[in-house]
Amino acid sequence: MEFLGLVNYALFTAIFIGIYALLALGLNIQWGFAGLFNAGIAGFFAVGAYTSAILSTPPDDGRIGGFDLHFVLGWIGAMLAAALVAWPIGKICLRFRSDYLAIASIGVAEIIRLVIKSEAALTNGARGISGISRPMGDIGYMESQIAYLVIVLAVLIAAYVLVERQFNAPWGRMMRAIRDNEGAAEAMGKDVEFRRLEAFIFGAALMGLGGALFAHFNRSITPEAIDPMVATFLVWIMLILGGSGNNRGAILGAAVVWIIWSVSEIATDRLPPEYAIQAKYIRLFLIGLMLQLVLRFRPEGLLPEPLRGDRGEDRRTSKSGADRE
Amino acid sequence: MDLLELINFYVIPGIVLGSIYALGAVGITLIFAILRYAHLAHGDLATLGAFIALASVTALGVSPYIALPIAVIATACVAVGIDKVFYEHLRERPKIVTVMASLGIALMIRAVVQVVWGVDTETYSRGIVRPENYFGLRIRDREVYTVLAMILLVGGLQLFLTRSKWGKAMRAMSDNPNLALLSGIDNKKVVMLTWVIAGGLCAASGFFLGLNTELKALMGWQMLLPMFAAAILGGVGRVEGAVLGGLVVGIAEELSVLVIPSEYKAAMAFAILLFMLLVRPTGLLKGKVL
Repeated sequence: MEFLGLVNYALFTAIFIGIYALLALGLNIQWGFAGLFNAGIAGFFAVGAYTSAILSTPPDDGRIGGFDLHFVLGWIGAMLAAALVAWPIGKICLRFRSDYLAIASIGVAEIIRLVIKSEAALTNGARGISGISRPMGDIGYMESQIAYLVIVLAVLIAAYVLVERQFNAPWGRMMRAIRDNEGAAEAMGKDVEFRRLEAFIFGAALMGLGGALFAHFNRSITPEAIDPMVATFLVWIMLILGGSGNNRGAILGAAVVWIIWSVSEIATDRLPPEYAIQAKYIRLFLIGLMLQLVLRFRPEGLLPEPLRGDRGEDRRTSKSGADRE
Repeated sequence: MDLLELINFYVIPGIVLGSIYALGAVGITLIFAILRYAHLAHGDLATLGAFIALASVTALGVSPYIALPIAVIATACVAVGIDKVFYEHLRERPKIVTVMASLGIALMIRAVVQVVWGVDTETYSRGIVRPENYFGLRIRDREVYTVLAMILLVGGLQLFLTRSKWGKAMRAMSDNPNLALLSGIDNKKVVMLTWVIAGGLCAASGFFLGLNTELKALMGWQMLLPMFAAAILGGVGRVEGAVLGGLVVGIAEELSVLVIPSEYKAAMAFAILLFMLLVRPTGLLKGKVL
């Protein structure tokens, strides 16, 4: 039935928006509030997805695990694993300008991709891990979709509340101070390197959680499940368009960009096959162009970062003048 | 395994690969030092250069070596154009915004390559080239040309930077931008020159990678990490450092197969990058740390 199909599609889209919103929130901690450029989002996503898959699937010959743990433990494990991968990278790169982190995070994502492809004992190689249980997955198809959407939304709201609370707390103020004027923050006695590391690790943990939610939704994870460059880039454009530094903006951006992305996919799938492949790349081109346009014409995004306190105006003006370097 | 075998199968390919990396790393190091940001679209610009050369080979029926200057000039123009259209207006903003824009440009260039040339692998000429035998050393002609071209191009660039007025202006911008601007150096011209040089070298790097292996849409992106590792290993801002770094990374990648599984060859560049940032971020030849 047409109507049911539409509802299913809407549910599917909503779940994906929820997962991408988590990634965008994670990136917002890193970029929006600490000014850290992470170009390896897909890597942390994959670490989370595989960790949760290994922890929660039943034992399987030929690879380590599964450990048949409850999915909640899997998700916590995913966050810990992503944080653990972020730690050494942050430790080495955060002493320098964010350009170095950008390069290193591209490298991390690449290495993670290599490990996933070649370490069959860990990840089952190209076949990937299947049979991942979906919470509430054994009821009817649509009920299970709805139940999963509720779970994703609950996780998203919890993450949003916690992150928003942190941002309005002294910690958030300190992070913005470090981002906007590193020298001044350091002179005030803030441990800039350590605080950046904190933000990088928290953000990475959220990205890992996003990956775990994705794996449990799909019930399987393979190396080809997501295109690393496209996924990373989508999350970036979500955050920039939505408004970096604004958590609601990150979620709004995730919704807007994912809807544009998936609707354009439907449109291009209807093209004759000889154009369909080219259309796929034209979509990529346009999403790249969209970033350039947003950066040029609306760098603050749809929902700009809220100016906190009555001195907000000063901070805005000082931001353009006395930025890094 | 005897010494000759080691040289034939690991060191010579390493030097060739290293020369290719060096050509790209020089551009990266110049952009990093003069414009002061990491240019993430550098690899994909190299892909574009390689495919422009392919287009000249197929359309004009010329030999790849004649297509090289065409690709160099065209890519230099593209690089200047990208700077004018996308990067120029971001100059007053924090540099990291330009880094982000360049990630988007990387995606856009790759999409253009995939739309125009498709996703299949291509080569400049069909057939297997047998290596010549020089006293037991087995070297292909194209490998000689690759290394020679790298030495000529970088040597020429070094002469330009040290002897000519504009080369000196570029170095001044790299050493102390405020002082350079105060003494009347035209920033716009320096930026444009930087892009002409970086874009041209980038095309050469992509071309020689395509000549020695094959052309595919992701070839440049996969070179990005080794090129950055080379630039940082040599010292940011040091042209001769980038060459040294490129050679070290190239040879290390080829030799790494002896000790680690070959799937992880690409991880070598990353390991070198992290190691240098950890122990000596200024690089071997004392470059800058931004």
